[in-house]
Amino acid sequence: MQHPLDRLAAQVAPGMKLAVPVDYGGVPMALTRAIIERDIGNLHLVCVPTGGMQVDMLIGAGLVKTVETSAVSLGEAGGAPRFNAAVRAGEVHMLDATCPAIHAGLLAAQKGVPFVPIRGLLGTDLLANRPDWRVIDNPVREETDSDPIVLIPAIHPDAAIFHAPMADRFGNVWIGRRRELAAMAYATQTTLVTVERIFDGDLMDDEMTAAGTLPALYVTDVAQVEKGAWPLGLWGEYEGDTAEQHRYASAARTADGFAAYMADSQQKGAA
Amino acid sequence: MSTPATAHEILIVSIARLLHGTRHVAVGAASPIPAAGAMLARALAEAADEPKLRLSILGSVTHNFFTNGSAELFDCAAQGRIDAFFLGGGQIDGTGNVNLVGVGDYPQGKVRWPGSFGSAFLYFHIPRVILFREEHSPRVMVEKVDFISAPGVSEKGIWRKGGPYALLTGKGLFGFECERPGFHLQTLHPGHTLEEVIAATGFDFSHDATPAQTAPPDPTTLALIRGRVTDELHESYPDFAATLRQTVTQHSLKEQTT
Repeated sequence: MQHPLDRLAAQVAPGMKLAVPVDYGGVPMALTRAIIERDIGNLHLVCVPTGGMQVDMLIGAGLVKTVETSAVSLGEAGGAPRFNAAVRAGEVHMLDATCPAIHAGLLAAQKGVPFVPIRGLLGTDLLANRPDWRVIDNPVREETDSDPIVLIPAIHPDAAIFHAPMADRFGNVWIGRRRELAAMAYATQTTLVTVERIFDGDLMDDEMTAAGTLPALYVTDVAQVEKGAWPLGLWGEYEGDTAEQHRYASAARTADGFAAYMADSQQKGAA
Repeated sequence: MSTPATAHEILIVSIARLLHGTRHVAVGAASPIPAAGAMLARALAEAADEPKLRLSILGSVTHNFFTNGSAELFDCAAQGRIDAFFLGGGQIDGTGNVNLVGVGDYPQGKVRWPGSFGSAFLYFHIPRVILFREEHSPRVMVEKVDFISAPGVSEKGIWRKGGPYALLTGKGLFGFECERPGFHLQTLHPGHTLEEVIAATGFDFSHDATPAQTAPPDPTTLALIRGRVTDELHESYPDFAATLRQTVTQHSLKEQTT
């Protein structure tokens, strides 16, 4: 029988624009490994709003063409080595952003409008390097003086992937207060979710769970993968494995070290 | 008698002083010293019966009351509900520009850092942005940043409610004067000299002929840092809390033997 993880990974196609969550938000690391094993490349990653080990691994595996992000780092384990090396070598196309600009782009997609305006950004080199971000004079200003404001175009990912504590058999996914996971799902037509466990019942039946639930309407497919965020943590469930994160950080300093780490951990995964 | 304040404790009390009178302070995920300073400010406000100081530590479960995902911090700032925030910076220049992206020509520079995070937005919204970087050296404090993640000042006519309030480093505390614009050295931390700070700073700054020394915490405040604040810090930053305790012990042993 096909592992549910393979079923999910098979729905990620080369060249896709893929929305991925922040390191503490529920990162589908097991699914990321399945994507790497299938060698699904040419990806455009949209980090919501920053990336970590997942992004670094996908870049190290040579699967990433464009990174749209406010930052990529391994947090306490330090800088993201494969990301940093790829940027310096010009191997990935950078779309440097700021966190609320990523949120604004997803919000525009959620609302079905072409852009959302945000304050700030004027005078930054971020704006100078993003010709897709436009500056207009606020058309609804009350004063007569000009009031420049930045427009962030809608971000339409081809798919969103994340890991959450639980889903029910109807495809409803419990995301608690991590609302950016819902924002990612609203902005795309394909949302692939891994969960720690299957809830035996209907998450929509109880108002307490329904309030933190992403309804099945927005969810394309779900696979149960225990410890699916490892070696990262999952809020309310388990802490990150800091020893493993440091092991990755030090191995990935070189391309060879990264390759050895990945081969080693894939063997472990197969065992 | 308690041992004198350590270098970290001088930074923590300096931050608490800068936060006096604020109602809501946000602290980034990997910022144990700003978090400790904010926890101290909260404890001091409580002791003085001043309005409650609310503290949001990003990534923490206990010190984070957001329920609307990672966008809520930015919405909260845009609504004017955050009074103070901290920004680091791989490079900081004399007009308060901050660079979190990298060294050299963008995008393929010599060094790449994580990225700008929320700085390009929060610097415009939050009234007291405290630039905090322990390393005070010419490679950090530069004449002009290589990449502007967030600008220190904006032209007239650009909407702006926030910006740099102070620059705190391992050597001293600077205030920011946005009319010039530029930094003014307010105090030197114990053990540091004006000559040393001038040599370590790549930009010009104003200063008095003999700058004052950063006042150490009084005994009550020091007791708060070593007690309540270190305990509170343990939840989000266990390693740093342990380091603080250890440094105080070492400091105390050194005092006894000299």
